[in-house]
Amino acid sequence: MDGTRKKKVTRFSAHLVLIIASFFFMIPFIWMVSTSLKPLTQVFTFPPEWIPKPVKWSNYIDAMNYIPFFTYLKNTTIITLVSTIGAVLSCPIVAYSFAKLKWPGRNILFIITIGVMMIPGQVTMIPLFLLFEKLGLVGTPYPLIIPAFFGIPFYIFLLRQFFMGLPDSLREAAKIDGASEFRIYWQIMLPLAKPAVLAVGLFQFMASWTDFIGPLLYLTDSVQYTLSLGLQQFQSQKGSEWGLMMAVSTMMTVPVIILFFFLQKTFIKGITFSGIK
Amino acid sequence: MINVKGNIPLAENMNSPKTGPNKQINITAKKRLGNWGEYKTGFLFASPWIIGLLVFYAIPLFSSIYFSFTSYSILQPGEFVGLENYKNLMNDELFWKSVYNTVYFAVFYVPLGIIFGVALAMMLNMKVKGMAVYRTIFFLPTLVPHVALAVLWMWLLNPGFGLVNGVLSTIGIDGPSWLGSETWSKPSLILMSLWGIGQAVVIYLAGLGDIPEDYYDAAEVDGANWFQKTFHITIPLLTPVIFFNLVMGIIGAFQQFTLPYTLTQGKGTPANSLTFYVMYLYDNGFKFFKMGYASAMAWVLFVIIMALTAFVFITSKRWVHYQGK
Repeated sequence: MDGTRKKKVTRFSAHLVLIIASFFFMIPFIWMVSTSLKPLTQVFTFPPEWIPKPVKWSNYIDAMNYIPFFTYLKNTTIITLVSTIGAVLSCPIVAYSFAKLKWPGRNILFIITIGVMMIPGQVTMIPLFLLFEKLGLVGTPYPLIIPAFFGIPFYIFLLRQFFMGLPDSLREAAKIDGASEFRIYWQIMLPLAKPAVLAVGLFQFMASWTDFIGPLLYLTDSVQYTLSLGLQQFQSQKGSEWGLMMAVSTMMTVPVIILFFFLQKTFIKGITFSGIK
Repeated sequence: MINVKGNIPLAENMNSPKTGPNKQINITAKKRLGNWGEYKTGFLFASPWIIGLLVFYAIPLFSSIYFSFTSYSILQPGEFVGLENYKNLMNDELFWKSVYNTVYFAVFYVPLGIIFGVALAMMLNMKVKGMAVYRTIFFLPTLVPHVALAVLWMWLLNPGFGLVNGVLSTIGIDGPSWLGSETWSKPSLILMSLWGIGQAVVIYLAGLGDIPEDYYDAAEVDGANWFQKTFHITIPLLTPVIFFNLVMGIIGAFQQFTLPYTLTQGKGTPANSLTFYVMYLYDNGFKFFKMGYASAMAWVLFVIIMALTAFVFITSKRWVHYQGK
């Protein structure tokens, strides 16, 4: 067998394996989209029908009327965007300080930061809830937004690793030119860390967009609900509106898929594990 | 600690001595006094997190210790009860059940997650056309809302009209009632969770990207086959990332909540076989308002996770290989 032919066979088998595996990973999504277009009577038939007949586009309209869809969408969008902005503003500057600036206590603080990642959220859940209640913020979206502005350990860790990989000489050169520390960070280091910042932004976006336990705890008034909480409303004592629920789920999933598809290369590049390159 | 490269540099690049004898004095003085300007900026830049650490982690952590020794409930202020909450936990049958369920889940989910995660990442690291599409597809299940996933699985695993038993019956196997059976509910949940390993795969992919191409080229010259390259280059060099995902996987497994909660509408059915630790904690705190009791549970969980993580850290010296060491 000559070289090119061998290459072709390898490539073909690679695709084959990937396609077969992809199929399994696509099942939930295909099923979700398919169910979103089915009348209720057709949802649980056996053998299953993957292609709905007739295709019930009206599920999407009905779903938006069944729950206050646009209110929930607006709430979800605001919470997600603001908390993502918060994480992207706070985490890089803290990480930069850990990676590049010398100040007493920074190493011990960094070790504490890593340790904090191991605290299960449930340990701090109750006191935090009580804290926000004392502040009168339970029943508002603020508890889901404010913490992001004060740094999140996992992202600080990821970004620190990235900054560590950037050469010190850049900073020294800018310093000789008389640039302030903030300017060095903002105009030189931050633009270089774009892939890592993007990774953090995307992680936070996804976490916040699909967060369930946070809104479940803090949002008391259904006017403030997010989409992932709203999904539960399709399950009622009268029975469940599966088709409508899946219509909303599909509408929730598609924007994130598009985001991931276009950003995945930068996203993966942004996660580095080598402290020094 | 989790620094995957294992090097938390303590004093790297202290003002490296510059040339010239007259500059030398200046630098020594600077070293002794420290660079105040940089101290201030460093501290200032880190200050959002210092505040965040105090307000959102340290204070809650310490209040939680205190609450765990009280009979605190939302309805009434707590009284100090000493170790009573902890004693009650030891006699709480449902607590032990939730521990059992959670450990069962972790024991299977964590290793399987690593094996499948690494295998998937290696597949998604091949150089073929359309990889962006494949990678997105593998990420899909993590993007589908948990509520929707739960419904899908209820249908797939339904004993009467579900797809899984339908397929099994065609080859003459009478499938169990999966989520309705105490024996099969946990394996079902493990299977469901494995579907969502996309997040870990992304991290493995980043790690694979860090392995220098020359290693493979050199191995190829020496006539190494796929098997040898995988087990002598890829896996050993990936161990720092595997270690990271192992720690994260343990933490995640012990915090399992949303999937079983939505799947069973918070009930943990059948016969509490899906009542996971955090679900029971949530019930105690936010359904029965036994905040003191729930805080004690949170602390027991913290200790378990810390102990396991410490164990992994200690053993990691034997199997985690760092490049250049």
